[in-house]
Amino acid sequence: MAKRIDISDLDAYYGNFLAVEDVNLAIEPRQVTAFIGPSGCGKSTLLRTLNRMHEVIPGAYVDGKVAFDGEDIYAEDVDPVNVRRLIGMVFQRPNPFPTMSIAGNVVAGLKLDRGRKVKKSEFDDIVERSLRGANLWDEVKDRLDRPGAGLSGGQQQRLCIARAIAVQPQVLLMDEPCSALDPISTLAIEDLVRELREDYTIVIVTHNMQQAARISDTTAFFNLAAVGEPGKLIEAGPTQQMFSNPANKATEDYVTGRFG
Amino acid sequence: MNGDKVFFGLSRAAGVFVLLLTLGIGVFLAVTAVPALRENTANFFTTQQWLPDANPPAFGIAALAFGTVMTAIIAMVLAVPVGTGIALFVAIYAKPTLGKVVAFLVDLLAAVPSIIFGLWGLEFLMGNMIGVSAWLDTWFGWIPLFANDQDVYTRSIFIAGVVLAIMIIPTISAVTREVFVQTPQGHVEAALALGATRWEMIRMVVFPYSRPGMISAAMLGLGRALGETIAVALLLSALFEINWHITEPGGNTFAANIALKWNEAGSIGLSALVASGLVLFLITLAVNMAARLIVARKRDFVEGH
Repeated sequence: MAKRIDISDLDAYYGNFLAVEDVNLAIEPRQVTAFIGPSGCGKSTLLRTLNRMHEVIPGAYVDGKVAFDGEDIYAEDVDPVNVRRLIGMVFQRPNPFPTMSIAGNVVAGLKLDRGRKVKKSEFDDIVERSLRGANLWDEVKDRLDRPGAGLSGGQQQRLCIARAIAVQPQVLLMDEPCSALDPISTLAIEDLVRELREDYTIVIVTHNMQQAARISDTTAFFNLAAVGEPGKLIEAGPTQQMFSNPANKATEDYVTGRFG
Repeated sequence: MNGDKVFFGLSRAAGVFVLLLTLGIGVFLAVTAVPALRENTANFFTTQQWLPDANPPAFGIAALAFGTVMTAIIAMVLAVPVGTGIALFVAIYAKPTLGKVVAFLVDLLAAVPSIIFGLWGLEFLMGNMIGVSAWLDTWFGWIPLFANDQDVYTRSIFIAGVVLAIMIIPTISAVTREVFVQTPQGHVEAALALGATRWEMIRMVVFPYSRPGMISAAMLGLGRALGETIAVALLLSALFEINWHITEPGGNTFAANIALKWNEAGSIGLSALVASGLVLFLITLAVNMAARLIVARKRDFVEGH
Protein backbone atom coordinates (compact mmCIF):
# COMPACT_ATOMS: atom_id res chain seq x y z
CA MET A 1 0.00 0.00 0.00
CA ALA A 2 2.99 2.33 0.16
CA LYS A 3 3.32 4.70 -2.75
CA ARG A 4 5.99 6.95 -4.19
CA ILE A 5 5.93 10.73 -4.37
CA ASP A 6 7.61 12.78 -7.09
CA ILE A 7 8.04 16.48 -6.45
CA SER A 8 8.84 18.57 -9.50
CA ASP A 9 9.54 22.31 -9.89
CA LEU A 10 7.74 23.06 -6.65
CA ASP A 11 7.58 26.59 -5.22
CA ALA A 12 5.72 27.21 -1.97
CA TYR A 13 4.48 30.67 -1.00
CA TYR A 14 3.05 32.41 2.05
CA GLY A 15 1.26 35.30 0.36
CA ASN A 16 3.98 37.09 -1.59
CA PHE A 17 6.79 35.42 0.31
CA LEU A 18 8.50 32.59 -1.51
CA ALA A 19 9.40 30.11 1.24
CA VAL A 20 10.61 27.15 -0.80
CA GLU A 21 12.00 27.44 -4.31
CA ASP A 22 12.20 24.98 -7.14
CA VAL A 23 12.33 21.62 -5.41
CA ASN A 24 12.74 18.43 -7.43
CA LEU A 25 12.81 15.28 -5.36
CA ALA A 26 11.71 11.65 -5.57
CA ILE A 27 10.47 9.96 -2.40
CA GLU A 28 10.64 6.20 -2.61
CA PRO A 29 8.02 3.86 -1.13
CA ARG A 30 8.78 1.75 1.96
CA GLN A 31 11.65 3.97 2.88
CA VAL A 32 12.23 6.64 5.46
CA THR A 33 13.16 9.94 3.85
CA ALA A 34 14.50 12.59 6.21
CA PHE A 35 14.40 16.35 5.55
CA ILE A 36 17.20 18.14 7.40
CA GLY A 37 18.47 21.68 7.39
CA PRO A 38 18.71 24.82 9.51
CA SER A 39 15.67 26.68 10.84
CA GLY A 40 13.70 28.53 8.18
CA CYS A 41 15.01 26.42 5.31
CA GLY A 42 11.49 25.37 4.33
CA LYS A 43 11.65 21.69 5.21
CA SER A 44 8.41 21.77 7.24
CA THR A 45 6.73 23.89 4.59
CA LEU A 46 7.72 21.39 1.92
CA LEU A 47 6.42 18.52 4.05
CA ARG A 48 3.09 20.26 4.42
CA THR A 49 2.77 20.70 0.67
CA LEU A 50 2.83 16.91 0.29
CA ASN A 51 -0.65 16.47 1.80
CA ARG A 52 -1.96 19.92 0.92
CA MET A 53 -1.87 21.10 4.52
CA HIS A 54 0.24 24.05 3.44
CA GLU A 55 -2.76 25.81 1.93
CA VAL A 56 -4.68 25.64 5.23
CA ILE A 57 -2.76 28.73 6.26
CA PRO A 58 -4.51 31.83 4.85
CA GLY A 59 -2.71 33.13 1.78
CA ALA A 60 -0.46 30.10 1.37
CA TYR A 61 -0.25 28.35 -1.99
CA VAL A 62 2.11 26.35 -4.17
CA ASP A 63 3.21 26.34 -7.75
CA GLY A 64 4.49 23.14 -9.31
CA LYS A 65 3.67 19.47 -9.22
CA VAL A 66 3.52 16.76 -6.58
CA ALA A 67 2.78 13.39 -8.14
CA PHE A 68 1.44 10.66 -5.94
CA ASP A 69 2.10 7.42 -7.82
CA GLY A 70 1.98 9.47 -11.02
CA GLU A 71 -1.13 11.49 -10.20
CA ASP A 72 -0.70 15.19 -9.52
CA ILE A 73 -2.30 16.03 -6.17
CA TYR A 74 -2.49 19.67 -7.22
CA ALA A 75 -4.51 18.94 -10.36
CA GLU A 76 -7.65 21.08 -10.53
CA ASP A 77 -10.16 18.30 -9.98
CA VAL A 78 -8.40 16.93 -6.90
CA ASP A 79 -10.10 17.55 -3.56
CA PRO A 80 -7.50 18.15 -0.82
CA VAL A 81 -9.70 16.20 1.60
CA ASN A 82 -9.13 13.05 -0.45
CA VAL A 83 -5.39 13.69 -0.58
CA ARG A 84 -5.19 13.96 3.20
CA ARG A 85 -7.14 10.74 3.56
CA LEU A 86 -4.28 8.91 1.81
CA ILE A 87 -1.35 10.82 3.24
CA GLY A 88 -1.38 10.89 7.02
CA MET A 89 0.45 13.38 9.17
CA VAL A 90 2.00 13.54 12.64
CA PHE A 91 2.74 16.99 14.01
CA GLN A 92 5.51 18.58 16.03
CA ARG A 93 3.38 19.01 19.12
CA PRO A 94 1.28 16.00 20.10
CA ASN A 95 -2.32 16.98 19.37
CA PRO A 96 -4.79 14.29 20.46
CA PHE A 97 -8.37 15.56 20.45
CA PRO A 98 -8.91 16.77 24.02
CA THR A 99 -12.59 15.93 24.21
CA MET A 100 -12.15 12.33 23.04
CA SER A 101 -11.10 9.19 24.84
CA ILE A 102 -7.98 7.26 23.88
CA ALA A 103 -10.05 4.83 21.81
CA GLY A 104 -12.12 7.70 20.39
CA ASN A 105 -8.96 9.41 19.20
CA VAL A 106 -7.80 6.28 17.39
CA VAL A 107 -11.03 5.82 15.44
CA ALA A 108 -11.66 9.54 14.87
CA GLY A 109 -10.58 9.29 11.24
CA LEU A 110 -12.79 6.25 10.62
CA LYS A 111 -15.92 8.17 11.54
CA LEU A 112 -15.47 10.64 8.71
CA ASP A 113 -17.83 10.51 5.74
CA ARG A 114 -15.12 9.85 3.22
CA GLY A 115 -13.23 7.56 5.54
CA ARG A 116 -12.64 3.90 4.91
CA LYS A 117 -16.03 2.24 5.40
CA VAL A 118 -15.72 0.29 8.61
CA LYS A 119 -18.45 -1.28 10.71
CA LYS A 120 -18.69 -0.13 14.32
CA SER A 121 -18.15 -3.74 15.41
CA GLU A 122 -14.66 -3.64 13.92
CA PHE A 123 -13.67 -0.56 15.88
CA ASP A 124 -12.36 -2.54 18.85
CA ASP A 125 -10.05 -4.56 16.59
CA ILE A 126 -8.80 -1.47 14.82
CA VAL A 127 -8.17 0.31 18.12
CA GLU A 128 -6.07 -2.60 19.33
CA ARG A 129 -4.24 -3.06 16.03
CA SER A 130 -3.45 0.64 15.67
CA LEU A 131 -2.33 1.04 19.26
CA ARG A 132 -0.15 -2.07 18.94
CA GLY A 133 1.20 -0.61 15.71
CA ALA A 134 2.14 2.53 17.62
CA ASN A 135 3.66 0.53 20.51
CA LEU A 136 1.18 2.02 22.91
CA TRP A 137 -1.26 -0.82 23.50
CA ASP A 138 0.29 -2.28 26.64
CA GLU A 139 0.40 1.09 28.33
CA VAL A 140 -3.20 2.11 27.71
CA LYS A 141 -5.24 -1.08 27.23
CA ASP A 142 -6.84 -0.75 30.67
CA ARG A 143 -7.94 2.85 30.21
CA LEU A 144 -9.11 3.15 26.63
CA ASP A 145 -12.09 5.22 27.71
CA ARG A 146 -9.99 7.80 29.55
CA PRO A 147 -9.14 11.17 27.93
CA GLY A 148 -6.30 10.98 25.42
CA ALA A 149 -5.02 14.30 26.73
CA GLY A 150 -4.25 12.66 30.09
CA LEU A 151 -1.31 10.70 28.69
CA SER A 152 2.33 11.79 28.85
CA GLY A 153 3.79 13.72 25.92
CA GLY A 154 5.48 10.69 24.39
CA GLN A 155 2.37 8.60 24.81
CA GLN A 156 0.26 11.34 23.26
CA GLN A 157 2.56 11.44 20.25
CA ARG A 158 2.28 7.66 19.83
CA LEU A 159 -1.49 8.03 20.18
CA CYS A 160 -1.37 10.53 17.31
CA ILE A 161 0.60 8.01 15.26
CA ALA A 162 -2.01 5.34 16.08
CA ARG A 163 -4.72 7.77 14.99
CA ALA A 164 -2.87 8.43 11.72
CA ILE A 165 -2.32 4.75 10.87
CA ALA A 166 -5.84 3.66 11.88
CA VAL A 167 -7.15 5.02 8.58
CA GLN A 168 -4.46 3.04 6.70
CA PRO A 169 -2.86 5.86 4.74
CA GLN A 170 -0.32 5.21 2.00
CA VAL A 171 2.20 7.71 3.27
CA LEU A 172 3.03 9.04 6.72
CA LEU A 173 4.43 12.55 7.05
CA MET A 174 6.11 13.41 10.35
CA ASP A 175 6.92 17.02 11.19
CA GLU A 176 9.65 16.96 13.86
CA PRO A 177 7.66 14.38 15.82
CA CYS A 178 10.21 14.13 18.65
CA SER A 179 11.14 17.75 19.17
CA ALA A 180 8.72 18.17 22.09
CA LEU A 181 9.58 14.82 23.68
CA ASP A 182 12.05 13.47 26.25
CA PRO A 183 14.92 11.17 25.13
CA ILE A 184 13.19 7.93 26.11
CA SER A 185 10.01 8.82 24.26
CA THR A 186 12.16 9.89 21.34
CA LEU A 187 13.78 6.45 21.20
CA ALA A 188 10.36 4.81 21.37
CA ILE A 189 9.17 6.88 18.41
CA GLU A 190 12.34 6.13 16.46
CA ASP A 191 11.90 2.38 16.99
CA LEU A 192 8.35 2.79 15.82
CA VAL A 193 9.39 4.64 12.66
CA ARG A 194 11.75 1.80 11.77
CA GLU A 195 8.88 -0.69 12.16
CA LEU A 196 6.37 1.41 10.24
CA ARG A 197 8.80 1.61 7.36
CA GLU A 198 7.82 -1.96 6.45
CA ASP A 199 4.34 -0.79 5.47
CA TYR A 200 4.47 2.91 4.77
CA THR A 201 6.29 5.54 2.82
CA ILE A 202 7.61 7.80 5.56
CA VAL A 203 8.86 11.36 5.31
CA ILE A 204 10.25 12.85 8.49
CA VAL A 205 11.41 16.39 9.18
CA THR A 206 14.00 16.58 11.92
CA HIS A 207 16.35 19.04 13.51
CA ASN A 208 18.30 16.21 14.98
CA MET A 209 21.00 14.96 12.60
CA GLN A 210 21.73 11.86 14.66
CA GLN A 211 18.08 11.01 14.39
CA ALA A 212 18.17 11.37 10.61
CA ALA A 213 21.29 9.20 10.50
CA ARG A 214 19.71 6.54 12.73
CA ILE A 215 16.35 6.09 11.09
CA SER A 216 16.36 7.30 7.50
CA ASP A 217 17.29 5.61 4.25
CA THR A 218 17.40 8.78 2.21
CA THR A 219 18.29 12.25 3.43
CA ALA A 220 17.49 15.54 1.76
CA PHE A 221 19.38 18.64 2.90
CA PHE A 222 17.77 22.07 2.63
CA ASN A 223 19.40 25.43 3.12
CA LEU A 224 18.74 29.11 2.61
CA ALA A 225 21.18 31.74 1.41
CA ALA A 226 20.08 34.28 4.03
CA VAL A 227 17.12 35.10 6.22
CA GLY A 228 14.26 36.23 3.96
CA GLU A 229 15.60 34.23 1.04
CA PRO A 230 13.70 31.12 -0.09
CA GLY A 231 14.81 27.70 1.11
CA LYS A 232 16.24 25.36 -1.47
CA LEU A 233 16.99 21.68 -1.75
CA ILE A 234 20.80 21.47 -1.75
CA GLU A 235 21.19 17.77 -2.27
CA ALA A 236 19.53 14.43 -1.56
CA GLY A 237 20.91 10.93 -1.49
CA PRO A 238 21.34 7.75 0.53
CA THR A 239 21.69 8.71 4.19
CA GLN A 240 25.00 6.86 4.56
CA GLN A 241 26.53 8.83 1.75
CA MET A 242 25.02 12.13 2.82
CA PHE A 243 26.62 11.85 6.23
CA SER A 244 29.97 10.40 5.19
CA ASN A 245 30.72 11.83 1.79
CA PRO A 246 28.28 14.57 0.70
CA ALA A 247 28.76 16.17 -2.70
CA ASN A 248 28.10 19.70 -1.49
CA LYS A 249 30.28 21.74 0.85
CA ALA A 250 27.27 23.22 2.71
CA THR A 251 25.90 19.76 3.39
CA GLU A 252 29.22 18.66 4.81
CA ASP A 253 29.42 21.74 7.02
CA TYR A 254 25.90 21.13 8.28
CA VAL A 255 26.14 17.40 9.01
CA THR A 256 29.47 17.84 10.73
CA GLY A 257 27.91 20.51 12.94
CA ARG A 258 29.81 23.49 11.61
CA PHE A 259 26.60 25.55 11.31
CA GLY A 260 22.85 25.31 11.87
CA MET B 1 2.33 47.64 53.90
CA ASN B 2 2.32 44.60 51.70
CA GLY B 3 0.94 45.35 48.23
CA ASP B 4 -0.13 41.76 47.73
CA LYS B 5 -2.26 41.94 50.88
CA VAL B 6 -3.90 45.18 49.77
CA PHE B 7 -4.78 43.70 46.43
CA PHE B 8 -6.10 40.55 48.06
CA GLY B 9 -8.27 42.63 50.36
CA LEU B 10 -9.60 44.74 47.50
CA SER B 11 -10.44 41.81 45.28
CA ARG B 12 -12.08 39.95 48.15
CA ALA B 13 -14.12 43.04 49.00
CA ALA B 14 -15.26 43.25 45.38
CA GLY B 15 -16.28 39.60 45.44
CA VAL B 16 -18.17 39.95 48.70
CA PHE B 17 -19.85 43.11 47.39
CA VAL B 18 -21.29 41.27 44.38
CA LEU B 19 -22.57 38.54 46.65
CA LEU B 20 -24.20 41.05 49.01
CA LEU B 21 -25.67 42.96 46.09
CA THR B 22 -27.36 39.87 44.66
CA LEU B 23 -28.57 38.84 48.09
CA GLY B 24 -29.77 42.39 48.81
CA ILE B 25 -31.81 42.52 45.59
CA GLY B 26 -33.39 39.19 46.44
CA VAL B 27 -34.25 40.29 49.97
CA PHE B 28 -35.63 43.62 48.79
CA LEU B 29 -37.87 41.90 46.25
CA ALA B 30 -39.09 39.35 48.77
CA VAL B 31 -39.85 41.89 51.51
CA THR B 32 -41.61 44.29 49.15
CA ALA B 33 -43.66 41.48 47.65
CA VAL B 34 -45.05 40.21 50.97
CA PRO B 35 -47.96 42.69 51.44
CA ALA B 36 -49.47 41.89 48.05
CA LEU B 37 -49.01 38.17 48.47
CA ARG B 38 -50.78 38.40 51.87
CA GLU B 39 -53.78 40.24 50.40
CA ASN B 40 -54.01 38.12 47.25
CA THR B 41 -57.21 36.09 47.17
CA ALA B 42 -56.30 34.10 44.07
CA ASN B 43 -53.58 31.53 43.53
CA PHE B 44 -50.41 33.47 42.75
CA PHE B 45 -49.02 30.80 40.46
CA THR B 46 -52.04 29.56 38.49
CA THR B 47 -54.33 32.58 38.15
CA GLN B 48 -54.61 34.11 34.69
CA GLN B 49 -55.63 37.63 35.62
CA TRP B 50 -54.00 40.72 37.12
CA LEU B 51 -56.31 42.71 39.43
CA PRO B 52 -54.15 43.54 42.45
CA ASP B 53 -55.84 46.87 43.13
CA ALA B 54 -59.37 45.44 43.00
CA ASN B 55 -61.26 44.61 46.16
CA PRO B 56 -60.40 41.93 47.02
CA PRO B 57 -57.07 41.75 45.12
CA ALA B 58 -56.78 38.79 42.77
CA PHE B 59 -53.76 38.25 40.59
CA GLY B 60 -51.46 35.52 39.35
CA ILE B 61 -48.39 35.13 37.21
CA ALA B 62 -49.45 32.16 35.08
CA ALA B 63 -49.86 34.15 31.87
CA LEU B 64 -46.74 36.22 32.54
CA ALA B 65 -44.62 33.13 33.11
CA PHE B 66 -46.05 31.51 29.99
CA GLY B 67 -45.43 34.57 27.83
CA THR B 68 -41.94 35.14 29.17
CA VAL B 69 -40.85 31.55 28.72
CA MET B 70 -42.53 31.15 25.33
CA THR B 71 -41.05 34.32 23.81
CA ALA B 72 -37.66 33.33 25.19
CA ILE B 73 -37.93 29.82 23.73
CA ILE B 74 -38.90 31.18 20.30
CA ALA B 75 -36.03 33.65 20.48
CA MET B 76 -33.54 30.92 21.43
CA VAL B 77 -34.75 28.46 18.77
CA LEU B 78 -34.21 31.13 16.11
CA ALA B 79 -31.16 32.94 17.49
CA VAL B 80 -28.89 30.09 18.60
CA PRO B 81 -28.54 28.46 15.15
CA VAL B 82 -28.33 31.78 13.31
CA GLY B 83 -25.92 33.31 15.82
CA THR B 84 -23.75 30.19 15.75
CA GLY B 85 -23.85 30.19 11.96
CA ILE B 86 -22.69 33.80 11.79
CA ALA B 87 -19.91 33.03 14.26
CA LEU B 88 -18.77 30.01 12.21
CA PHE B 89 -18.77 32.08 9.04
CA VAL B 90 -16.76 34.87 10.60
CA ALA B 91 -14.32 32.66 12.49
CA ILE B 92 -13.76 29.83 10.02
CA TYR B 93 -15.31 30.12 6.58
CA ALA B 94 -14.95 33.77 5.58
CA LYS B 95 -11.78 35.34 4.24
CA PRO B 96 -10.22 37.39 7.05
CA THR B 97 -11.16 40.78 5.52
CA LEU B 98 -14.79 39.86 4.89
CA GLY B 99 -14.97 38.21 8.32
CA LYS B 100 -13.84 41.42 9.98
CA VAL B 101 -16.51 43.44 8.17
CA VAL B 102 -19.29 41.03 9.16
CA ALA B 103 -18.05 40.88 12.76
CA PHE B 104 -18.04 44.68 12.90
CA LEU B 105 -21.60 44.89 11.59
CA VAL B 106 -22.80 42.29 14.08
CA ASP B 107 -21.16 44.18 16.94
CA LEU B 108 -22.85 47.34 15.70
CA LEU B 109 -26.20 45.57 15.83
CA ALA B 110 -25.52 44.62 19.45
CA ALA B 111 -25.24 48.30 20.34
CA VAL B 112 -28.69 49.25 19.01
CA PRO B 113 -31.00 50.17 21.93
CA SER B 114 -33.94 47.84 22.45
CA ILE B 115 -36.50 50.63 22.01
CA ILE B 116 -35.31 50.89 18.40
CA PHE B 117 -35.82 47.18 17.92
CA GLY B 118 -39.27 47.56 19.45
CA LEU B 119 -40.27 50.39 17.13
CA TRP B 120 -38.83 48.65 14.12
CA GLY B 121 -40.67 45.46 15.09
CA LEU B 122 -43.91 47.35 15.54
CA GLU B 123 -43.76 49.53 12.43
CA PHE B 124 -41.96 47.30 9.97
CA LEU B 125 -41.58 43.68 10.99
CA MET B 126 -45.09 43.08 12.31
CA GLY B 127 -46.75 43.96 9.03
CA ASN B 128 -44.26 42.02 6.99
CA MET B 129 -44.47 38.95 9.20
CA ILE B 130 -48.20 38.46 8.63
CA GLY B 131 -47.44 36.35 5.60
CA VAL B 132 -45.06 34.12 7.58
CA SER B 133 -47.57 33.61 10.38
CA ALA B 134 -50.34 32.88 7.89
CA TRP B 135 -48.08 30.42 6.07
CA LEU B 136 -47.33 28.65 9.36
CA ASP B 137 -51.08 28.49 10.03
CA THR B 138 -51.84 27.13 6.57
CA TRP B 139 -49.20 24.43 6.42
CA PHE B 140 -48.43 23.68 10.05
CA GLY B 141 -51.80 24.60 11.56
CA TRP B 142 -52.24 20.93 12.47
CA ILE B 143 -49.65 21.60 15.18
CA PRO B 144 -51.70 23.45 17.84
CA LEU B 145 -48.81 25.87 18.44
CA PHE B 146 -49.07 27.31 14.91
CA ALA B 147 -52.86 27.21 14.53
CA ASN B 148 -54.58 30.57 14.25
CA ASP B 149 -58.36 30.64 14.73
CA GLN B 150 -58.67 34.42 14.76
CA ASP B 151 -57.08 35.13 11.37
CA VAL B 152 -55.32 38.06 13.04
CA TYR B 153 -51.57 37.69 12.96
CA THR B 154 -50.24 40.82 14.66
CA ARG B 155 -49.13 41.55 18.23
CA SER B 156 -48.42 37.90 18.85
CA ILE B 157 -45.96 36.06 21.05
CA PHE B 158 -44.41 34.77 17.84
CA ILE B 159 -43.58 38.28 16.58
CA ALA B 160 -42.18 39.23 19.98
CA GLY B 161 -40.05 36.10 19.92
CA VAL B 162 -38.71 36.96 16.46
CA VAL B 163 -37.78 40.49 17.52
CA LEU B 164 -36.11 39.13 20.66
CA ALA B 165 -34.21 36.66 18.47
CA ILE B 166 -32.88 39.49 16.31
CA MET B 167 -31.89 41.37 19.45
CA ILE B 168 -29.91 38.49 20.95
CA ILE B 169 -28.27 37.21 17.75
CA PRO B 170 -25.41 39.74 18.04
CA THR B 171 -24.75 38.75 21.65
CA ILE B 172 -24.70 35.06 20.85
CA SER B 173 -22.64 35.37 17.69
CA ALA B 174 -20.10 37.76 19.20
CA VAL B 175 -19.39 35.48 22.18
CA THR B 176 -19.36 32.23 20.20
CA ARG B 177 -17.06 33.79 17.59
CA GLU B 178 -14.56 34.66 20.33
CA VAL B 179 -14.75 31.08 21.57
CA PHE B 180 -14.41 29.54 18.11
CA VAL B 181 -11.22 31.43 17.30
CA GLN B 182 -9.67 30.09 20.52
CA THR B 183 -9.75 26.54 19.15
CA PRO B 184 -6.11 25.42 19.14
CA GLN B 185 -4.72 25.40 15.61
CA GLY B 186 -3.02 22.07 16.36
CA HIS B 187 -6.36 20.35 16.84
CA VAL B 188 -7.83 21.96 13.75
CA GLU B 189 -4.87 20.75 11.69
CA ALA B 190 -5.05 17.28 13.25
CA ALA B 191 -8.63 16.92 12.07
CA LEU B 192 -7.94 18.29 8.58
CA ALA B 193 -4.87 16.07 8.19
CA LEU B 194 -7.05 13.03 8.94
CA GLY B 195 -9.11 13.91 5.87
CA ALA B 196 -11.94 15.75 7.59
CA THR B 197 -13.94 18.25 5.55
CA ARG B 198 -14.28 21.66 7.11
CA TRP B 199 -17.71 20.85 8.49
CA GLU B 200 -16.41 17.55 9.94
CA MET B 201 -13.49 19.42 11.46
CA ILE B 202 -15.94 21.84 13.07
CA ARG B 203 -17.98 19.01 14.59
CA MET B 204 -14.90 17.06 15.62
CA VAL B 205 -12.83 19.86 17.13
CA VAL B 206 -14.44 23.29 17.20
CA PHE B 207 -17.81 22.38 18.74
CA PRO B 208 -16.54 20.05 21.47
CA TYR B 209 -13.81 22.48 22.39
CA SER B 210 -16.19 25.45 22.40
CA ARG B 211 -19.19 23.81 24.08
CA PRO B 212 -18.84 25.55 27.47
CA GLY B 213 -18.45 28.91 25.74
CA MET B 214 -21.39 28.23 23.41
CA ILE B 215 -23.59 27.43 26.39
CA SER B 216 -22.46 30.60 28.13
CA ALA B 217 -23.24 32.61 24.99
CA ALA B 218 -26.70 31.09 24.76
CA MET B 219 -27.29 31.88 28.43
CA LEU B 220 -26.27 35.51 27.94
CA GLY B 221 -28.75 35.73 25.08
CA LEU B 222 -31.43 33.96 27.11
CA GLY B 223 -30.90 36.35 30.00
CA ARG B 224 -31.46 39.29 27.71
CA ALA B 225 -34.53 37.68 26.14
CA LEU B 226 -36.09 36.91 29.54
CA GLY B 227 -35.53 40.40 30.85
CA GLU B 228 -36.28 42.45 27.75
CA THR B 229 -38.92 45.03 28.59
CA ILE B 230 -39.66 47.83 26.24
CA ALA B 231 -39.55 46.06 22.89
CA VAL B 232 -41.91 43.39 24.14
CA ALA B 233 -44.17 45.95 25.85
CA LEU B 234 -44.54 47.75 22.53
CA LEU B 235 -45.29 44.60 20.57
CA LEU B 236 -47.63 42.53 22.70
CA SER B 237 -51.28 43.30 23.31
CA ALA B 238 -50.95 42.51 27.01
CA LEU B 239 -53.64 39.90 27.57
CA PHE B 240 -53.64 37.82 30.71
CA GLU B 241 -54.59 34.50 29.22
CA ILE B 242 -52.39 31.61 28.33
CA ASN B 243 -52.82 31.13 24.61
CA TRP B 244 -50.89 28.27 23.03
CA HIS B 245 -51.65 29.64 19.55
CA ILE B 246 -48.49 31.69 19.39
CA THR B 247 -49.32 33.53 16.17
CA GLU B 248 -52.54 34.99 17.62
CA PRO B 249 -52.55 38.37 19.36
CA GLY B 250 -51.99 38.18 23.07
CA GLY B 251 -49.45 37.25 25.66
CA ASN B 252 -47.52 39.21 28.19
CA THR B 253 -44.19 38.93 29.97
CA PHE B 254 -42.95 39.77 33.45
CA ALA B 255 -40.80 42.65 32.38
CA ALA B 256 -43.30 44.16 29.92
CA ASN B 257 -46.11 43.89 32.45
CA ILE B 258 -44.10 45.68 35.13
CA ALA B 259 -43.27 48.50 32.73
CA LEU B 260 -46.85 48.91 31.55
CA LYS B 261 -48.56 48.67 34.95
CA TRP B 262 -46.13 50.52 37.22
CA ASN B 263 -47.49 54.05 36.72
CA GLU B 264 -51.12 53.20 37.29
CA ALA B 265 -50.59 50.77 40.16
CA GLY B 266 -51.79 51.37 43.74
CA SER B 267 -49.84 50.23 46.77
CA ILE B 268 -50.90 46.58 46.50
CA GLY B 269 -50.44 46.80 42.75
CA LEU B 270 -46.82 47.90 43.14
CA SER B 271 -46.17 45.16 45.63
CA ALA B 272 -47.74 42.63 43.28
CA LEU B 273 -45.51 43.78 40.41
CA VAL B 274 -42.47 43.37 42.64
CA ALA B 275 -43.66 39.86 43.47
CA SER B 276 -43.75 39.07 39.75
CA GLY B 277 -40.27 40.59 39.47
CA LEU B 278 -39.09 38.24 42.20
CA VAL B 279 -40.29 35.28 40.14
CA LEU B 280 -38.42 36.57 37.10
CA PHE B 281 -35.33 37.02 39.26
CA LEU B 282 -35.60 33.41 40.46
CA ILE B 283 -36.16 32.10 36.92
CA THR B 284 -33.02 33.80 35.60
CA LEU B 285 -31.08 32.58 38.64
CA ALA B 286 -32.24 29.00 38.02
CA VAL B 287 -31.41 29.21 34.30
CA ASN B 288 -27.92 30.48 35.04
CA MET B 289 -27.25 27.84 37.66
CA ALA B 290 -28.43 25.10 35.30
CA ALA B 291 -26.08 26.43 32.63
CA ARG B 292 -23.18 26.45 35.06
CA LEU B 293 -23.88 22.87 36.01
CA ILE B 294 -23.87 21.81 32.37
CA VAL B 295 -20.63 23.68 31.70
CA ALA B 296 -18.93 22.26 34.80
CA ARG B 297 -19.93 18.72 33.94
CA LYS B 298 -18.52 18.97 30.43
CA ARG B 299 -15.33 20.60 31.56
CA ASP B 300 -13.59 17.76 33.41
CA PHE B 301 -13.06 15.90 30.14
CA VAL B 302 -11.71 18.89 28.27
CA GLU B 303 -9.23 19.74 30.99
CA GLY B 304 -7.75 16.28 31.25
CA HIS B 305 -4.33 17.58 30.25
